[in-house]
Amino acid sequence: MKAYLESLGKSSEQFIDGMGKMAIMLFKAMMYAFAPPIKLRNIFKQMEFVGVQSLFVVILTGSFTGMVLALQSYNALKRFGAESLVGPTVALSMARELGPVLTGLMVTGRAGSAMATELGTMRVTEQIDALFTMAVNPIKYLVVPRILAGICMFPLLTIITDFVGVIGGYFVGVKLLGINPGIYIGRTIDFVQVDDIFTGITKSIVFGLITTLVASYNGFYTSGGAEGVGRAATSSVVMASVLILVSDYLMSSFMA
Amino acid sequence: MIKIINLKKAFGPKQVLDGVNLEIEKGKITVIIGRSGEGKSVLLKHIIGLLKPDEGKILLDGQDITAMSERDFSEVLKRFGMLFQGAALFDSMSVAGNVGFALKEHTDMNDEDILKIVREKLNRVGLANVEDMMPADLSGGMKKRVGLARAIVMDPEIVLFDEPTTGLDPIMSDSIADLVLDTQRALKTTYILITHDIPFTYKIADKIAMLHEGRIIEEGTVEEMKANQNPILRQFLEGRAEGPIKVY
Repeated sequence: MKAYLESLGKSSEQFIDGMGKMAIMLFKAMMYAFAPPIKLRNIFKQMEFVGVQSLFVVILTGSFTGMVLALQSYNALKRFGAESLVGPTVALSMARELGPVLTGLMVTGRAGSAMATELGTMRVTEQIDALFTMAVNPIKYLVVPRILAGICMFPLLTIITDFVGVIGGYFVGVKLLGINPGIYIGRTIDFVQVDDIFTGITKSIVFGLITTLVASYNGFYTSGGAEGVGRAATSSVVMASVLILVSDYLMSSFMA
Repeated sequence: MIKIINLKKAFGPKQVLDGVNLEIEKGKITVIIGRSGEGKSVLLKHIIGLLKPDEGKILLDGQDITAMSERDFSEVLKRFGMLFQGAALFDSMSVAGNVGFALKEHTDMNDEDILKIVREKLNRVGLANVEDMMPADLSGGMKKRVGLARAIVMDPEIVLFDEPTTGLDPIMSDSIADLVLDTQRALKTTYILITHDIPFTYKIADKIAMLHEGRIIEEGTVEEMKANQNPILRQFLEGRAEGPIKVY
């Protein structure tokens, strides 16, 4: 019993310590983000890594999600004779939930794990210490560009996911299941509001922050050699994915 | 120039530095020796600010650098260079990118001028036509040389070396010793090295200090240390398993 309580206490202490360090890292990153010199090249490099290099995966995810959503909602709505609602169902689901959440999870798996691995390797091979000894602030140089890239690129990727999801849904609904294209598009426009799209974009900004901050934190404070780097990559994906799902629920309940 | 006063540092229950006192002279080569795990790297990391002490001071020209603000210390760091044990080259950058990194970050020089200085520093460490190579393509000895070129690119007043010969064969170790001597004599820089390589130490040191159980137990010139009869120092310098230092 004593050993169990001790281990529980230790885990809680580590969790609180981690959250505190992450909050301090975010605070410092926010401060350094606006302090000169601002190296745009580093930021663009990260934007290319997070955004452009994730395009293929989000297009694939978005289009197939839209397609399967159309298929499933058609099967359900047909029972009530409401096939014309397939379009709005796909568009609303993509814009409010699936677009931002799936983009968040996919980019976390691809870019978040790579970020944690890169920073973790830099930590265990003393490259982060080398930056410090050259009077270059490692948080400003390594963490700030990654967080800014996440905040900027996640919304753009989400818009692309939403768009290809709607196109995928249209393809299945109209071309494969025979819904009238005029009705499909008309109903979609009738039901989907600009607010729905903004809700998704707002969520994606938060998810971008979560993914990049968690990955940066896990990578930056890696210890324990190659094993530690692997652990940092795994923890960053698990931690960021859980935080994305939890924060999605919280934001959905506030923005409903 | 650098005065370390009663420096203490513990990691959990382990007291790594237990009141280190040491003076490092300007323009000289000071070598800190000691067994692995005795806290040599920890001491070096305190000098360059990577670690903060639990107690004690490090005075640089009379100013306590352990109590400085982040911004002030950042300016002090520009007076330092450091060669890490594994060279710590940025593996995403070429050799030129690595060596010229500090110039790019801290000066307004254009790429052409930076490349000129990079070539000059690489020449100084005995390397030519390697600017476009990536760190992964370099041998251990070449990495150390590039690391040294990077450490001296801003013409620092003080250069720290973390075990510069670890992992190198004896011939390469000797060539690194020559390089250390050449660059130090040419630039009149203060060099602080930590190592447990005794032949290397004898060849380059102006002053040797031995760290044992968290303290500097002996210090002096090469000749003084060779003549010193402290049994702990003797056992270490002669590389004997038998003696007061227990093998664990």
